[in-house]
Amino acid sequence: MADMKVTMCGVEFKNPITVASGTFGSGMEYDEFLDLNRLGAVTTKGVAAVPWEGNPTPRVAETPSGMLNAIGLQNPGIDVFLERDIPFLKKYDTRIIVNVCGHSEEEYLAVVDRLNDADIDMMEINISCPNVKEGGIAFGTDPKGVEAITGAIKSHAKKPVIMKLSPNVTSIADIARAAEAGGADALSLINTITGMKIDIRRRTFLLANRTGGLSGPAIHPVAVRMVYEAAQAVSIPIIGMGGVATHEDAVELMLAGATMVAVGSANFGNPLATTEIIEGMERYAEDMGIKHIADIVGRVK
Amino acid sequence: MEYKTVKIISQEKLTDDIMSLWIEWDGRASVVPGQFINVYINDPARLLPRPISICDVTDRGLRMVYRITGEATGTAELSGYQAGETIRITGPVGNGYPLDDIMGKKTVLMGGGIGIPPMLYLTKKLVGGCTVILGYRDSNTFLMEEFENAGAKVFVATDDGSVGTHGTVIDALRESGIEPEVLCACGPKPMLAGIKAYSADHGIPAYISLEERMACGVGACLGCVTSTTHTDPHSHVKNARVCVDGPVFLSDRVEL
Ligand SMILES: Cc1cc2nc3c(=O)[nH]c(=O)nc-3n(C[C@H](O)[C@H](O)[C@H](O)COP(=O)(O)OP(=O)(O)OC[C@H]3O[C@@H](n4cnc5c(N)ncnc54)[C@H](O)[C@@H]3O)c2cc1C
Ligand SMILES: Cc1cc2nc3c(=O)[nH]c(=O)nc-3n(C[C@H](O)[C@H](O)[C@H](O)COP(=O)(O)O)c2cc1C
Ligand code: FES
Repeated sequence: MADMKVTMCGVEFKNPITVASGTFGSGMEYDEFLDLNRLGAVTTKGVAAVPWEGNPTPRVAETPSGMLNAIGLQNPGIDVFLERDIPFLKKYDTRIIVNVCGHSEEEYLAVVDRLNDADIDMMEINISCPNVKEGGIAFGTDPKGVEAITGAIKSHAKKPVIMKLSPNVTSIADIARAAEAGGADALSLINTITGMKIDIRRRTFLLANRTGGLSGPAIHPVAVRMVYEAAQAVSIPIIGMGGVATHEDAVELMLAGATMVAVGSANFGNPLATTEIIEGMERYAEDMGIKHIADIVGRVK
Repeated sequence: MEYKTVKIISQEKLTDDIMSLWIEWDGRASVVPGQFINVYINDPARLLPRPISICDVTDRGLRMVYRITGEATGTAELSGYQAGETIRITGPVGNGYPLDDIMGKKTVLMGGGIGIPPMLYLTKKLVGGCTVILGYRDSNTFLMEEFENAGAKVFVATDDGSVGTHGTVIDALRESGIEPEVLCACGPKPMLAGIKAYSADHGIPAYISLEERMACGVGACLGCVTSTTHTDPHSHVKNARVCVDGPVFLSDRVEL
């Protein structure tokens, strides 16, 4: 069998597959269906310094080959997260990537400081959530803002920092370069693409938040293009995501330049999506005579 | 909760837009009335599962009764699947009605529209009989005789007055003169709001099954929450997941 290991920022992962933040909780629910030990890493739902209520409902809507969400980063806060979710994940032989959200620089840093002492492998900083009014996307769409927040976080963080980028920008290459200039150890992309759905019978917005983030297979070609452009622009590793539902989708993102791949909304349509993708990639490597899966990263230039 | 592929045993129309679907099932003991099944539509372009209540579980299998909500919908596709074909499901999901708390009390079950099906399995589980009030839009009723066969005393209300009481299930409850000790309900939000008010006025508990748009259907995405009066022990904020913390809630614990 092919060697499925990949290494990012000095951390070794047993395979390139993780989950996209917010689609898998902290793994507790999916633990009923699959063996979390199979995953390269679990990336947790965004966590903030204090509990967040999130947005009113409806928060989700199905769209052709995808969905919109406006959860609004509901989370129980870092205290509960460290007491409950991290000990749960530590029972498994998988890496832990903690996704961080905040409304302001101080709020991000408060979480980063707490995570410094936690038994986790990496932090992923969400500067790209379209569903919260302040912060989030405001940090993520302007290169100067991205460089500044990355620098601030890097000056506190004692674990490798992944900056999670928004696709809702004119030039992803500029944003990627700004994060690299700020000192990011890695990038992850793409977050959701802002969309809207209208209920034509009720003649109003379907989501209470009016707009939501589009995810799922519908956005996969956008993700491939953006991962490729970012990979051309920077030399730090990338976690690719956006619409990955099959092992072919995951391989595409790796060929475009992603060292790891996150599976998000596909978990909703198939709770076994992650493990099926890992098995599919193993078959692909076998068929193609690939000895080390890491060798395919960025092979399409 | 399990994720599995199951065979369709049979599927038939009950009215123009209401379908009755039986699937293979081998976990009879483990199902609580009020729990639901996530049904994955075979077309991968329909990403999200459809939550459908469990209507009955017998030696034959598990039954779901659902409404086709429109022409180009997932339920329309589902209605075309034939006996022998397979579907993927997760379930049983959620808490269901607390049988221990309602057994032996003067319980009235209330189902409105497509909230009626889960009441059938609950009726069957309440040995000794119960009163059921069914609310329909018009004379296109469904499952009514099955409630009678299950030993329930059945009252009906219709929006247009064509069958039973002209009005809501609460109008029918008042008309019946029955003074329940506990209510169990499933139906549209305005009906549940009415039941919440009735429960408060009469000082009796009402267990209501909520409906919310879902994505994962298994408790992971926080898409399906309802506002709660108390801080929820899982979320640590004042809302709870309808899919796994519900769908059944005590009416005085949720904001509608
Ligand atoms: C706990 C629970 C139990 C339910 N039990 C039943 C039942 O026993 N019988 C029945 O007919 N219906 C039931 N429903 C409602 C049923 O889930 C929706 O009617 C169905 O999902 C609509 O899907 P569609 O394919 O017809 O529509 P589409 O328009 O194709 O659906 C698009 C998306 O919107 C979602 N959606 C649309 N309407 C609703 C709704 N009213 N509630 C939740 N999601 C919705 C769908 O799940 C899907 O993700 C239940 C809902 C919940 C939450
Ligand atoms: C329901 C839902 C919740 C999400 N929550 C978060 C979050 O908390 N933090 C974050 O960085 N991204 C969040 N995302 C974005 C995903 O991690 C991912 O970037 C995006 O959905 C694209 O991948 P996909 O198409 O595979 O879902 C969320 C997405 C969904 C669908
Ligand atoms: S639908 Fe995902 S948590 Fe309930």
